Amino acid sequence: MDSICTWGHMGGFWCNQPVRVALAVGGGAALVCAVVGLSTVMRRQAFAGHALADVSGAGGSASYLLGINPLFGFLGMAAAAAGVMEWAQVREARERDLLTGVVLGAGLGLAALLLYLDMTVRNVSGAAITVLFGSMFTIPPSIVPVALIVAAAALGASALIFRPLLVSTLSIDLARAQGARVRTIARIHAMALALAVSLAAMTVGAILSTALLIGPAAAALQVARRPASALALAVLIGLAATWGGIALAYQSYYWTPGRGWPVSFFIVMLIVCAYLLASAVARRRSGSSATAPLSGCQEH
Amino acid sequence: MNAGEAAVALDRVAVTLGERPVLREVSFRLEAEQFCALIGTNGSGKTTLLRAILGFIPVQAGRIDLPAGAIGYVPQKITLDPGLPLRARDVIALGLDGARFGTRLPSKARAVRVQEMLRAVGAEEFAEQRVGTLSGGQQQRVLLAHALVRRPKLLLLDEPLANLDVGSTAEIVALLRRLSHEFGAAVLLSAHDMNPLLPVVDRIVYLANGCAVSGKADEVVRTEVLSRLYGYHVDVLRVHGRVVVIAAGARTESRDALERDPVHTITVP
Amino acid sequence: MFSAFMLHAWIVATLVAVAAGCVGFFVVARRAAFAAHALPLGAFPGAAAASLMGVNEFWGLAGFAVLGVLAIGQLQRAGRREVASALWLASALALGVLLLGLSGRYAQSVYGLLFGDLLGIDTRQMAVVAGFSGLTVALVAWVARPLLLDSLSSELASAAGARAAALEFVFLGILALSTAIAVPVVGALLVFSLMVGPASAARAFTDRPWRSLAVAVGICLATVWSAIALAYVTNWPVGFFVGALSALCYAAGRLRGGTVALAQVA
Ligand SMILES: Nc1ncnc2c1ncn2[C@@H]1O[C@H](COP(=O)(O)OP(=O)(O)OP(=O)(O)O)[C@@H](O)[C@H]1O
Ligand SMILES: [Mg+2]
Repeated sequence: MDSICTWGHMGGFWCNQPVRVALAVGGGAALVCAVVGLSTVMRRQAFAGHALADVSGAGGSASYLLGINPLFGFLGMAAAAAGVMEWAQVREARERDLLTGVVLGAGLGLAALLLYLDMTVRNVSGAAITVLFGSMFTIPPSIVPVALIVAAAALGASALIFRPLLVSTLSIDLARAQGARVRTIARIHAMALALAVSLAAMTVGAILSTALLIGPAAAALQVARRPASALALAVLIGLAATWGGIALAYQSYYWTPGRGWPVSFFIVMLIVCAYLLASAVARRRSGSSATAPLSGCQEH
Repeated sequence: MNAGEAAVALDRVAVTLGERPVLREVSFRLEAEQFCALIGTNGSGKTTLLRAILGFIPVQAGRIDLPAGAIGYVPQKITLDPGLPLRARDVIALGLDGARFGTRLPSKARAVRVQEMLRAVGAEEFAEQRVGTLSGGQQQRVLLAHALVRRPKLLLLDEPLANLDVGSTAEIVALLRRLSHEFGAAVLLSAHDMNPLLPVVDRIVYLANGCAVSGKADEVVRTEVLSRLYGYHVDVLRVHGRVVVIAAGARTESRDALERDPVHTITVP
Repeated sequence: MFSAFMLHAWIVATLVAVAAGCVGFFVVARRAAFAAHALPLGAFPGAAAASLMGVNEFWGLAGFAVLGVLAIGQLQRAGRREVASALWLASALALGVLLLGLSGRYAQSVYGLLFGDLLGIDTRQMAVVAGFSGLTVALVAWVARPLLLDSLSSELASAAGARAAALEFVFLGILALSTAIAVPVVGALLVFSLMVGPASAARAFTDRPWRSLAVAVGICLATVWSAIALAYVTNWPVGFFVGALSALCYAAGRLRGGTVALAQVA
C-alpha cells in the first residue's frame, strides 16, 4: 500500500486512514443497499426504504437516552417500523405508500420527542445532527463487527428469497398458485430492508442511505433486461458512485481552500447522473426499436 | 393418475365476498385429462370460483379436493409492470422453480424446457423482450407458458383466450388439449365464447346465481339447454360438420325462472 | 393556554390544518405521500441558498419548491414516481448540506426545519402563512374536479379533455408552495403528518368525495388543536403529538373500513 503514497497528490488519498475506512464502509453500505434496493424498487417500496432511514434516526436518539450502542437503536427502530408496515397487511402498492407516510410521520414525531428528551434529560444537543447526517469518516471501530454481521444477514436474506420474491413482485397470484409463501417472503424482505437501511443510515446518514438504496437500483432497472444483469449493474453503479464521490470530496479540499465539500453531495450527484444516463439509454433504445419495424414496412 | 379418479372435486362450496354470497352451492368434479369449460354471465362468479379452488379466497362451506401435483393458473386481469427486468423467457423459467428459496445456477435442462414452452405457445419471437412491454395477447401466451412449464395436474385458466386473435385461439386450444393429455392434467377454463372450445371440450360447468350445473359437452351444447341456461335464445348449429353456438339475444321466460330458483330450473340430463 | 403568547400558534396551526386537509385529500387520492414528504423537505436548501446570496429566505424556499416540482415531474416521465421523489429528495438534501457548509450556517437549522417551532411565530410569518393557506384552498377549489377525475384514471381525464401532464404539475405545484412556505414556521413533519393521516382516515367515513374532503379538514383541525393542547400541558414537542394522533386517525380509519378492505385483499 505504501508505495501508492508517492503517486502525485492523490497519493495521500490512499494512505489517509479515515479515507481507507470510508472507502471500506461506504463500499459495504453501497453493496448492501444496491442488492436490497433492487427488489425494493421493483416492489415499489422506495418510499418505505426512505422512511425507514428517517425513522431509524429516532432509534439513534433513543440510544443516546438509554446509553446503548447506537447501531442497536437504529436497527431496533427500523425493524419495529418495518414490522408495523408488514403487520398492517397492505397488499396494494399505492395504499402501502399511505401507510408508509403515516409510519414516517409518527416515527419522525417520536424522533422529535426523543431529541427533545436527549436535550433536556441527557443534555446531548449534537444528537440531532449526528442522527440526521451520519458521517462515514467518524465511524467508531466498536460497531464494525456488528455492522459486518448485519450486512451479511441482509445479503443472505436477499439471496435466499431472490426467486420467489421476483415471482411475487410480478404477480402475487402467480406466486401463490405456484405455492410460494408470499407473506413469509414479504416479511423476510421487509427485515432485510430494515437491516440494510438502518445500517446505511447509521454509517453514511439518512440522505445517502436513500440515495444508495434507490438510485443505483432504479438506474439499473432502466437498462437491464434480466434480473442478474440488473443486480450486477446496480452494485457496479453503487460502488462506482461511492468511491468516486469519496475521491472527489478528497479533491475538493484543493478547490475551496481549507474547507472540503461534503462527500454525500458528490455521491448523490454521481448517482443522479447515472440515473439520468440510464434513462437516456433506455429512451434511445425504445426509440430505435420502435422505429425499426416501421421503416421495414416502408421498404415494401 | 388413472381415469375415474377425480382431479378436482367441489362439494357444496359456498363463498361470500364482503357481504355478498357469490357462490352458494357449487358442486362438480373433474377427472384427469378432462377439458372443462366454465361459462356464465359477467359477475356470475367464474373468477371467484377459480380463486376459491386455488385457496386465495376462504370458502364459507363445503370442501374442495385437489390433485397431488402442481396447479397452473392464468389470472383474468393482470398488469405486468414494464419496469421489471424480466424477459418473457425469465417469467417462464420462474414458472419452474420461482417458489423455491435460494438461488440456483442456470442449467441446460431447464433452458431446454423453457425453450420448448416458448415454441409451444408461439412466444419465441418476443422471448427476449421485457414482459411488461408486450401486448395483451403476447403477455397471455407468456403467462400460459408460465403455468404450463411445471407440468401441472390441474390447470385453472381465467379467460385465457380473451385477447387472442382467431388463428392463435385455435392453436392455443389445440395446445392445451395436447398438453392436458401429455401431463394427465384436468383443465378448467373460463370463457365467454364457447365456439373455439367446442372441438375439444369434454364437460361444461355453467354458473348462475351462485350455483353450478355441469354436464357432458354434447348434452349441454344443445339449443334448448343453452337457451334455458342463458335465458336468451341460443342456436346450436352444425356447419361443415362443426358445431357453432350463436346467441340471438332475446330474453326468455326461463331466465326469470332461473333467477327465482336456479337449482330446480336447471336440470341437465 | 390561550394567552396572547399562544394565540399566534393557534391561528397558524388552524390555517395550516385547513390547507393541509384540502391538499391531503388529493395526496391520498393520488397516493402521492412520498411527494408530499419530499417537496417541502427538499425546499430547505432554498433557505441556505438565500442566506448565501443575501436575499429573503422566502425566495429561496419558493425557488427550490418550484425546482422540486420540475425535477419530480420530469423524473417521473423517465421512470417510477417514487423513484423520482427519492432522487429529488436526496439531491436536494445533499445540495443543502453543501450550501450549509459553504454558507457557514450551522446544521441545527435543519432541526428547526424538520420539527418547527410553533412558539416563536411573529405577525409577519402569520400573515405569510395565512396568505398561502388561502391561496392553497383557492387553487384546490379551482382544479378540484379535473384533478379528482385524473386521480381516478388519467386516461379518463384526458378523454374528457383535461391535460393529464399539466394536472400533475399543477398538483405538485400546489403541494410544494402550500407546504414549503409553512415549513420554516411549523416544520416539515407537522405539515406532512397532517396531510396523510387525517385524509386517509376520512375515506372510511364517507363514499362521497367532497364530503370526504370536509371530513379530512375536520380531522386535521381536531388533530392539531389536541396536539397543541397536549404539547402545552406536557411541554413535549407538538410534532410528536401530531404524528402520533394522525397515526391513530389512520388506524381508526383502517379499523372502520377494515371489513371492506380486508375482504378485497383476501
Ligand atoms: N372483492 C370483492 N368484494 C365484493 N364483491 C366482489 C369482489 N370481487 C368480486 N365481487 C363480486 O362477485 C361477483 C362475481 O365476480 P367474478 O369476478 O367472480 O365474476 P366473473 O364470473 O368472473 O365475471 P366476468 O365474466 O366479468 O369475469 C360479482 O358480482 C362481483 O361484483
Ligand atoms: Mg372473471
